[in-house]
Amino acid sequence: MLQVEGLKVKVGGKEIIHDISLNVDIGETLVLFGPNASGKTTLLMAIMGLPRYEITKGMIIFKGQDITHLPVDERARMGIGILFQRPPVVRGVKTRDVVKACLGGREDGYVIDQLAQRLNMVDLLDREVNYGFSGGEVKRSELLQLMAQSPEFVLLDEPDSGVDLVNISLVGEMINELLQKDRMRTRTSSGLLITHTGHILDYVNADRACVLLNGRIWCRGNPREILDSIKAHGYEGCEVCQR
Amino acid sequence: MSEMTRSKAARERAERARGKPAPLGDDVDLAAYSQAAEEHNYEEDPSRLQPQAKERMLETGVMLDDPSQRSGTFLQIDHSVVHSKAGQEGVEVMSSVEALEEYPWLGDYWWRAVAVDADKFTAQAELYQNHGYFIRALPGVKAIQPVQACLYLTQHGLAQNVHNLIIAEEGSELHIITGCATAPMEREGLHIGISEFYVKRGAKLTFTMIHNWVPQMAVRPRSGIIVEEGGMFLSNYICLNPVRTLQMYPTVQCVGENAVARFNSVLVAPSGTNMDVGARVILGARGARAEIVSRVITTGGTIIARGHLVGQVAEVRGHLECRGLMLSPEGKIHAIPELEGLVDGVDLSHEAAVGKIAEEEVEYLMARGLSRAEAIAAIVRGFLSVDIEGLPHQLEAQIQRAIEISEEEMF
Repeated sequence: MLQVEGLKVKVGGKEIIHDISLNVDIGETLVLFGPNASGKTTLLMAIMGLPRYEITKGMIIFKGQDITHLPVDERARMGIGILFQRPPVVRGVKTRDVVKACLGGREDGYVIDQLAQRLNMVDLLDREVNYGFSGGEVKRSELLQLMAQSPEFVLLDEPDSGVDLVNISLVGEMINELLQKDRMRTRTSSGLLITHTGHILDYVNADRACVLLNGRIWCRGNPREILDSIKAHGYEGCEVCQR
Repeated sequence: MSEMTRSKAARERAERARGKPAPLGDDVDLAAYSQAAEEHNYEEDPSRLQPQAKERMLETGVMLDDPSQRSGTFLQIDHSVVHSKAGQEGVEVMSSVEALEEYPWLGDYWWRAVAVDADKFTAQAELYQNHGYFIRALPGVKAIQPVQACLYLTQHGLAQNVHNLIIAEEGSELHIITGCATAPMEREGLHIGISEFYVKRGAKLTFTMIHNWVPQMAVRPRSGIIVEEGGMFLSNYICLNPVRTLQMYPTVQCVGENAVARFNSVLVAPSGTNMDVGARVILGARGARAEIVSRVITTGGTIIARGHLVGQVAEVRGHLECRGLMLSPEGKIHAIPELEGLVDGVDLSHEAAVGKIAEEEVEYLMARGLSRAEAIAAIVRGFLSVDIEGLPHQLEAQIQRAIEISEEEMF
């Protein structure tokens, strides 16, 4: 579904991602581990097509099409969605209106209210996007938008950061739904999930994992094994590991 | 002082202020405008006005086809009152000239909230007054629907000098929607509008003004508002179309305890437009509160957005908020918030922000599938939608409609 080949990405003139290649098959969830400033978010933003993340080399192929230079909105309309770790506040714009836009013309007040109810977002629908939201509310708002958008490929940037124990199981449940984890053979949704702490993996099953260090993929393997190793030795352990 | 002596004194003061420049705004050469207007016939049924004029008035919230939606209507074209009717018991609507004749005691209200010799524009309104409206809610009367008033200019090069008087008597409630507009083909004109508002004890007055000018108009409203104990004055001002020069600085005096004043302004300045718009509230009695909120956008024009809160006594509270959005590389927004505490125990604050649309916000919405233009339109629409507490649903819809009309022209 998604192939990244030899990608180099610059932010503010500085190269952050150095020659990364990876692929995610249909129905697969790839988890990306890495310490702070290893380039995880940069990679996700470059895949989403945000203009500040300048691709200087390599290619991104989505559903067989080269999207390396497509604008962000076209990528979204092709079926890529993103959960931002720190989305901006958009003053004056109501969450409900963004959710409506995510439905892309399939505007349906009933669907919005139902989704909002499931995400415990009813009271926040008519508030300005992310304005005064708590950490958990921001994540639920992001998930509400993604649920409405219903993308085939989901980029999840630290969905577990700043979320308390009450919210994390709800966040996990919604991600599982987005990624169609209830299906086996007929699953069509795929995802790329960033986690620093690995908490979300208690709720969401990933198929494969990579560790990103200094803008490079350091190792690939089984998500649970890699997480156990990180828990035992920290990312410093990865740095000395010669796998 | 007898009425005759009073009006003579006002005239003399106006004569002396004939050439007195206004402290703010570009100078306007009054001699360039004619004081002689053609008469327009009175129309018992305002729905029979020309469709083009009706359409233009509708853009400012003045609807003439369904009188059941309004508690009264006042229409003035150039210098002629063409319709004036109250639609509810206890609500009065008439020409202010007529009102002064009918109620001699109104002399006590005339030029009390605005000084006749404030500048050459107030002086001209005294010396060459052409009507204006008188709207009053009797004590305890709650107007069911808004009262509407339209001051319409059709004659090229004309000066329209109106003096309006609005009284919400004790315990009454009044919503006024007033539209000032110019016929679309006119190129030049001057509108001077004096408005004096009196909000009596426990009364509530909502005043929504939508301006719809043409690029060569000069506009000088002069408004003064006096709010008594427990009274509430709520003003919404919308001006989204080009106007050569507009300067106004309405001033509220909260003279009674717990008096409340709120201003919401939404301004868009296209290229060639100069706006100098503000609001001032003098908090002169314990428990008085004020809020001044403005949202301004330049698409090439200049906006000076002022606000001034004066805390004269303790236990008063006021907040000023100005947000400006630059949608064009040209154009200018100059926010001038002023807070003046004159005693210990006042609580005054302000926040102001001027800038372009944050790229991060546009990209965020684009990541949800909105095109760039759709994302910008959503942000601008949200920016202009000021949440106005206590605004009747009808007025809210009217403001929304005005914004939508202007949006079509903005993008």
